[in-house]
Amino acid sequence: MAIDLDRCTGCQACVAACHAENNLPLSDPESAAKGRAFHWIRVDRYYEGEFPSIRVKHMPVLCQQCDEAPCEPVCPVYATYRNDEGLNVQVYNRCVGTRYCANNCPYSVRFFNWFDPVWPEPLPLQHNPDVSIRMTGVMEKCTFCIQRIQRAERDAASEHRQVADGEIQPACVQSCPAEAMTFGDLNDPESKVSRLAASGRATRLLEELGTKSKVFYLERSE
Amino acid sequence: MAAVPEVIPYPEVRRDLWRPLERTGRSYSIWVIILLAIALWGLSCWGYQLYRGIGVAGIRRPVFWGFYLVDFVFWIGISHAGTLISAILRLTDANWRKPVTRAAEAITVFALMIGGLFPIIHLGRAWVFYWLIPYPNSRLLWPNFRSPLLWDLTAITTYLTGSTIYLFLPLIPDVAQLAEHASGWRRALYRKLSLGWTGSDREWHALERAMKLMAAIILAVAISVHTVVAWDFSMAIAPMWHSTIFGPYFVVGAIFSGIAALLLVMSIIRKTLHFERYLTPHHFNNLAKLLLLMSLLWLYFTVAENLTVWYGNEPKEMAVFGDRIRGHFAPYFWIMVVCNFVVPFVLLGIRRLRNIRTATIASITVLVGMWLERYIIIVPTLSMPRLAAAWGSYSPSWVEISITGATFAVMALLYLLFSKLFPLVSVWEFEPHPAEQD
Repeated sequence: MAIDLDRCTGCQACVAACHAENNLPLSDPESAAKGRAFHWIRVDRYYEGEFPSIRVKHMPVLCQQCDEAPCEPVCPVYATYRNDEGLNVQVYNRCVGTRYCANNCPYSVRFFNWFDPVWPEPLPLQHNPDVSIRMTGVMEKCTFCIQRIQRAERDAASEHRQVADGEIQPACVQSCPAEAMTFGDLNDPESKVSRLAASGRATRLLEELGTKSKVFYLERSE
Repeated sequence: MAAVPEVIPYPEVRRDLWRPLERTGRSYSIWVIILLAIALWGLSCWGYQLYRGIGVAGIRRPVFWGFYLVDFVFWIGISHAGTLISAILRLTDANWRKPVTRAAEAITVFALMIGGLFPIIHLGRAWVFYWLIPYPNSRLLWPNFRSPLLWDLTAITTYLTGSTIYLFLPLIPDVAQLAEHASGWRRALYRKLSLGWTGSDREWHALERAMKLMAAIILAVAISVHTVVAWDFSMAIAPMWHSTIFGPYFVVGAIFSGIAALLLVMSIIRKTLHFERYLTPHHFNNLAKLLLLMSLLWLYFTVAENLTVWYGNEPKEMAVFGDRIRGHFAPYFWIMVVCNFVVPFVLLGIRRLRNIRTATIASITVLVGMWLERYIIIVPTLSMPRLAAAWGSYSPSWVEISITGATFAVMALLYLLFSKLFPLVSVWEFEPHPAEQD
């Protein structure tokens, strides 16, 4: 995934879309104050300069799907591991809730189900049937909308073709009005996301930790 | 204070040390009821947490670990009382250890039983805790041996098994003696536990060897256990956790709090069971000196840990460091320094002030200080993760406080029950020459 920070307006559409797509529990000010809010993707704000000449940098932060993920080795039951597509996946059924992965995630993008989730009526009616509801006591995080990836792969396989570049769009990418986010196959050097990742503007968050994350941020131009 | 301990005739020793087994006072029953009530309250709090979800605790993002992990490290630390005192002193044939070892070894076993519970209490889904155990299952799933939590589980179960054996071995001659004199169910119990001990030469020889061997093994296990506990933190790349000295730092802290716990328990036993002739000022003096030594070692490690971070001046680490030294956690930090260093250093370092009472006071402050130390290590780091946007705070809920409090009651309760079944001071070791008795 590549995220163009020049284009991001901080509108939070990605956050809302993610909530709807992935059956996230509602996050109200109360739960946020208690540190119990869920946002698989969040928009961090950084302020540069002194008032009044201030610049705000919006930075959507989601699971960086690291190749060297700090969350993976610490899980005692393999509830989080990297699948053969390079995605860092979470097996809810296997998770026992030690929360070690969340402590070791330098990006703080992991969320824990402190209780069984509840939705006010009629929201349960709009749950996405492709995404499981998580029970109390397990960890969860951004999946890169794995349900969409799998559907696209199945569709392509049934039509005996490869998945086209840009065919898969996670909810956040799809909903971004500024088209700041690009999703694709980093293993394909011709894909749009690969070209963006290879551009001079691309950086990775906390790159110094050597996590080999797969979300590339295109720096703001001056 | 360093007088040679008086030689007490053996029958008298036996009478004194067995007295608590035979007679039960009113205050004993009252204490048992009070402690049982507190323990049951803690248990029902845990039940409530299981029923409602771990969210009834105060932990939250980003502080995913809170009181439970603090308690875990604290109790595992306390468990180092038995191993150090008893194993080191046994291996070095320090004679003064004899009346001290049993009390110490019992602390180890009970503290481990409590400490080992906390990782389970702390799980989001405590009912599937056994998934961490590498048991054969139809899905051929293994636990992840790369996870420090699995090392932890392995280390603690090994330690609990080892220290139970280590507590049990020196009990054998005692229960054999008791079996001869007791009646009813006690007789049956002691009979069973004595494993058919007759006191023959060969048996004494085997026991001696087994105890020496276990002392050596348990020492290695104890050090590795707390190192592994430290690695739960230092293997993570969180600021101020990712430290190379955490292993030895935690081991020192554990032994430090362990000795404090032992001193406290000893002074309570001495008072309530009237063991003044057995737990003499000589013993307290020696242990107090050991506590002082550990206090200095602890200070050395604390300085080493914090000075390097401060000098390195790395922003992410400095955020946590600043919060500890002069920020939100500063009161806890400085109370810890006073409790762990200033009080023991003054009370035990000045010879005129060092006596049983001051040793007891110092050991209480050390216990408080060491609990705070774990709190200060765990919580500030978690509340300040690398991305400042995710910073948060933590305060414990009544559930966490209740369960924490209840474990102290459980510890006291287990000790009280133990004191009714077995002599808290090893009796046979007062026998002039046990090997030549036969």
